[in-house]
Amino acid sequence: MTASLELTDLHKSFGPAKIIQGVNLSVARGERHAIIGPNGAGKSTLFNLISGRFMPSSGEVRLNGALISGKKPFEINRMGLSRSFQVSNIFTNMTVRENVRCGVLHSMGYGYSFWRNIGNLREVSEKTAHILNEVGLLEKGNTPAALLPYADQRTLEIAITIAGGAEVILLDEPTAGMSHSETDRAVALIEKASKGKTLLIVEHDMGVVFNLADRISVLVYGEIIATGTPEQIRGDARVREAYLGEEAEDAA
Amino acid sequence: MTDMTATYAALEPTRAEKFRQRTVPLILFAVVLLVIPLFNPSRSMVTLLNHMGITIVFALSYNMLLGRAGLLSFGHAVYMGLGGYFAVHVMNWVAEGSGFWGAVPIFSMPAFGFGAGALAGAIIGWPSCRRSGTPFAMISLGVAELVAAAGFMFDSLFGGEMGISADRMGGPEFAGLSLGPVDEVYWFIAFWTFIGVLGTYAFTRTPLGKLSEATRDNPERVEFVGYNPQRVRYLVFIFAGAFAGMAGGMSAVQDEIFTPESLSLIPSGAILIATYVGGIRYFTGPIMGAIVMTYMGSNLSDYTVGWLLYLGLMFVGVVMFLPNGIAGIVYGTADTLRAGRLGEVWQSWLLRLAGLALIATSVITIVEVAFRWSEGYGEVFEPFGLHLGTDNPLTWALGVLPLVLGVVMVMKAAKGESK
Repeated sequence: MTASLELTDLHKSFGPAKIIQGVNLSVARGERHAIIGPNGAGKSTLFNLISGRFMPSSGEVRLNGALISGKKPFEINRMGLSRSFQVSNIFTNMTVRENVRCGVLHSMGYGYSFWRNIGNLREVSEKTAHILNEVGLLEKGNTPAALLPYADQRTLEIAITIAGGAEVILLDEPTAGMSHSETDRAVALIEKASKGKTLLIVEHDMGVVFNLADRISVLVYGEIIATGTPEQIRGDARVREAYLGEEAEDAA
Repeated sequence: MTDMTATYAALEPTRAEKFRQRTVPLILFAVVLLVIPLFNPSRSMVTLLNHMGITIVFALSYNMLLGRAGLLSFGHAVYMGLGGYFAVHVMNWVAEGSGFWGAVPIFSMPAFGFGAGALAGAIIGWPSCRRSGTPFAMISLGVAELVAAAGFMFDSLFGGEMGISADRMGGPEFAGLSLGPVDEVYWFIAFWTFIGVLGTYAFTRTPLGKLSEATRDNPERVEFVGYNPQRVRYLVFIFAGAFAGMAGGMSAVQDEIFTPESLSLIPSGAILIATYVGGIRYFTGPIMGAIVMTYMGSNLSDYTVGWLLYLGLMFVGVVMFLPNGIAGIVYGTADTLRAGRLGEVWQSWLLRLAGLALIATSVITIVEVAFRWSEGYGEVFEPFGLHLGTDNPLTWALGVLPLVLGVVMVMKAAKGESK
């Protein structure tokens, strides 16, 4: 069976700076895979390469066997890969409902349609309602997105990401800046939303990572130094040395 | 599940709300258009109203770019001009009356303008919509210069400085309108103004219309929900060009002439100002801006040669202090009244109004005295029997004291409101 997401010998340089240096990674269908690593290891760059925001310098990315490196973000999105952003990247002047609806539209087949009244698209309304309900923002549907509290904006970020029904979901630090209770809610949401889907997640909170992930990859200086189950990673001497240190013991 | 659907239904406007917020304003607008002729407006008034209708459609088309899609264009008159020129040519073909063109009623000219504007938008927008922000604005400026220059060069198409004129009384009549007298032209303008308002409003309700707002807010995120923001901008641009061309077709019939001037930066700047002053965040903003600016443009010039300066000052004032324009004031006031908060704010409103009046007194004094002095004919500004020459101390007092006092009052009012 082909992997959901497969990175082969991926490189990315910005001028002389080599940010990603030969990453190989295979994420199986339905797997929850976390990427951890110190600041500046290239985690966000890796996400940008996968989602089409950056072009790789060399190497390739495959989604369900199909080559996606070199494609535009909207083409990759249409093929079933969706991502969230580390800094909330929402439509600030629209309401929460309109935000999610924007995420739903294309997957429902309403491309650039200008001959339909958006209010009359029942499937779109129902899907939007379903997503809003799933993430717990239904009550705040008519709030302008810019006025949402921070944690809700992060939730909306996830809601837009999953709205299109993509099979492969990339979440970039979804719990960054959240309190403990907010983080717990976010993790529950991610678990629910990623059920039956492939999840690739960058996260700094080790508690979240070891709870959520089926497998973990450790990225250091643009290279993956270890991939394995949470237990394997916890026991890996190189990982401890390079990165985890006492954090892993705290989480354990 | 049923529970959730119910909650979601509560989020969406109810049938009654939709009717009140969407249908009723349109009906009211239609009623106003129908009722105006009952007041027997003078010929010059009807001409003014006709120009208002044209500017309304033009401003709404411009706001499809500026307000909804976040695209600042300095050359939107190009599309109205090209649409209008095409309509003028069609009117001349109709006047010749041979074959197909002989059967085309002049009433349909805005539809031809619509098509020509869309085509112009499709051609010019192809390169320019690849970018947004400052590059888009610069390209639009370049294109406007280019097309205006071409307008003065290609005489057979654009008629040189004299432009091309046409006769609106040719062709078969439509709905019993010969379009000869200006009050018959009124019905033509009223019809197409309504179509323009309806069309641009309907556009905001389509998936593409919503996506254009999303692209304005965050083009990057649009890419990650499966849309190409360049494509969104391009399609919106074509529609904006089309409705501008429609306004051009209306203008061709009303004024029976188009000159290359109409393609230049001057009308492009004027529609930017009208739209912005009206309020780009509201659908009705450009309508209000078009009405006010057309009125001022036509009437203020009767009172003073400095009218353009006043318009300029007003524009600067709106940009700095009233980013939501006239519509912002109208809806803000309505909200305050509806919430029953007039009692809390009337003092600061009054203070602000008085302050603004004082500032206006000074500004008008300075401007009127200054340009009379600079013309050098010895003419003196004499409002209300006062003799305000440059040697009169009262002139200087009126130029400075109310300004200072007014600014203090306005600032005090602003401080009081922010508490």
